[in-house]
Amino acid sequence: MRKTTNQKAWWLVVPVLLLVAFNAFIPLMTVVNYSLQETFGNNVFFWEGLTWFETVLRSERFHDSLLRQLMFTGMVIAIEVPLGIAVALSMPRKGPWVSVCLVLMALPLLIPWNVVGAMWNIFALPDIGLLGYTLNSMGFDYNFTQQPVSAWMTTVLMDVWHWTSLVVLLCYAGLCSIPDAYYQAAHIDGASPWAVFRYIQLPKMKRVLTIAILLRFMDSFMIYTEPFVLTGGGPGNTTTFLSIDLVKIALGQFDLGPAAAMSLIYFLVVLLICWVFYTVMMRDEEE
Amino acid sequence: MSRIEFRDVRHAYPPPPGQVPVYALKEVNQVWEDGGAYALLGPSGCGKTTLLNIISGLLTPSEGSILFDERDVTRLPTSGRQIAQVFQFPVVYDTMTVFDNLAFPLRNRGMPEPRVNQRVTEIAEMLDLSDRLAQRASGLTADGKQKISLGRGLVREDVNAILFDEPLTVIDPHLKWQLRSKLKELHQQIGVTMIYVTHDQVEALTFADKVVVMHDGGIVQVGTPIELFNRPRHTFVGYFIGSPGMNVLPCSLDGGQPVFANNLLSSGYPAGADLIGKLEIGIRPEFVRFSDDGIPVEIQKVEDLGRYQVVTVRHESSQIKMIVGEDQAIPSADPKISFDPDNLRIYCDDWAVEAEHA
Repeated sequence: MRKTTNQKAWWLVVPVLLLVAFNAFIPLMTVVNYSLQETFGNNVFFWEGLTWFETVLRSERFHDSLLRQLMFTGMVIAIEVPLGIAVALSMPRKGPWVSVCLVLMALPLLIPWNVVGAMWNIFALPDIGLLGYTLNSMGFDYNFTQQPVSAWMTTVLMDVWHWTSLVVLLCYAGLCSIPDAYYQAAHIDGASPWAVFRYIQLPKMKRVLTIAILLRFMDSFMIYTEPFVLTGGGPGNTTTFLSIDLVKIALGQFDLGPAAAMSLIYFLVVLLICWVFYTVMMRDEEE
Repeated sequence: MSRIEFRDVRHAYPPPPGQVPVYALKEVNQVWEDGGAYALLGPSGCGKTTLLNIISGLLTPSEGSILFDERDVTRLPTSGRQIAQVFQFPVVYDTMTVFDNLAFPLRNRGMPEPRVNQRVTEIAEMLDLSDRLAQRASGLTADGKQKISLGRGLVREDVNAILFDEPLTVIDPHLKWQLRSKLKELHQQIGVTMIYVTHDQVEALTFADKVVVMHDGGIVQVGTPIELFNRPRHTFVGYFIGSPGMNVLPCSLDGGQPVFANNLLSSGYPAGADLIGKLEIGIRPEFVRFSDDGIPVEIQKVEDLGRYQVVTVRHESSQIKMIVGEDQAIPSADPKISFDPDNLRIYCDDWAVEAEHA
């Protein structure tokens, strides 16, 4: 039998192509366009080649914010993942408390970013905020608007408060999918609680954890609103992460060329890290 | 190794809020002799798995006690009982190799490594897993994984009993035979108590010395395969064991002998006193014959199964199955059947009437 060919079917793909073109490809290409040229307005462009990329890659300012960003993301993941696993493990698997726990866990996730920033700003204010006031009255010298260490602590704590729930919920879903037979077999085999965690729970959570870490990496690596509202990138530049810096360059200084080059580099870094992480995790799986 | 005894054990799972608990296990008194090969036979949901989990300590019964050699272990956790158990669906530790999987129960109990090595090699040999010991367990087929589960159950030497919970369900038919005979062989070698749960009567009858038939949360009969076939104590045993199962027909009594369809029959096990309750007769298809006089029937269906034929006949609203040899003719006009008195039993409320006989 001859297969009928009907090229008209391609028209059905057009809406998707248009959607992708207008919300991803074309905007990205305008950024590429800016990154390769210099403009002084009026749509007059001068070809600059890779100059802006060189400038950004050599700029100490970029190195510093990249380093801050990596430190922040590293700290956030290092705290949220183990904490999330621990909370998920201690949540009840059945009974009336399940829904209570789930709702409580989901609450922080429902709060908009800028509200979280504002909440923590007020919460942490050294003179009137509950946290700031308590810490100071306990004898700690705490002022996140002036001390880099306090500012960092507060920012990291805020992110942990806001996003650990995501890790918890994903891990909890992973844990709930483990059939009872595994725990029963482990009992019969005389496995210690640690062995149960190491050989049953952790391997079964591997996929959801991979997703959780990827999501937390991407989100925290691109974080903007919360630290912007909380510290505004200060004191000084100490909490100026990549996006905050990018916005300062693009909209504060209106250096469109370097900003465009920086966002492309930023984009590639995120892509590269995700790809490497995912490939390594999945290769391990295939073995 | 020890003798395991159930005393008045009952178990109910926690009910949904506001509902009365339903007993999954009703009043079980049973002794599992040391070194026996038992099959626990019954339909799904009759409490077989609950019973196993109570032996291994995964469940604590709501009432009653479990004794290992007269020592009460009812509250003892699994780790203190030395019971091995194999589950229906394969459980393997994905990140470990086949070797580590098999060694896991031994290493957890602190067995020295050279001894672990020796045991694992032996068991792997027996289950044909030797060439895969270094492989990751997650890469195996369902068959392979279940073999690992079996292996982990068999690898410990110091166990009181090995419990198998329908272990061969996921396994290929030809491999099933092979593994079952290996288990039987192993039982003869090491003589440890084995309890094998299944809902497949062939599996139960080939594996076990003693078959324990469960029905609706209770044990209805314990016996050798032949006893279960010849003297079912309960109508359930009658139709669950045998293929096709026993015919159970309504009857009344006249002077201790059953009356079915206005025919006074004779039974080798007549009833003594007048019985109150639901009265039935049970007769296996093997013992129903065509005869010149007897109960008139109508032939409904003849199934030729090669060496014999299964004939389904009907008398009024009662359906009766009978087994007829392949060379025996089936009467064409006015068929009548009769029952073999020695194998005809009276059941009152599903329990066999054995008063006179005993």
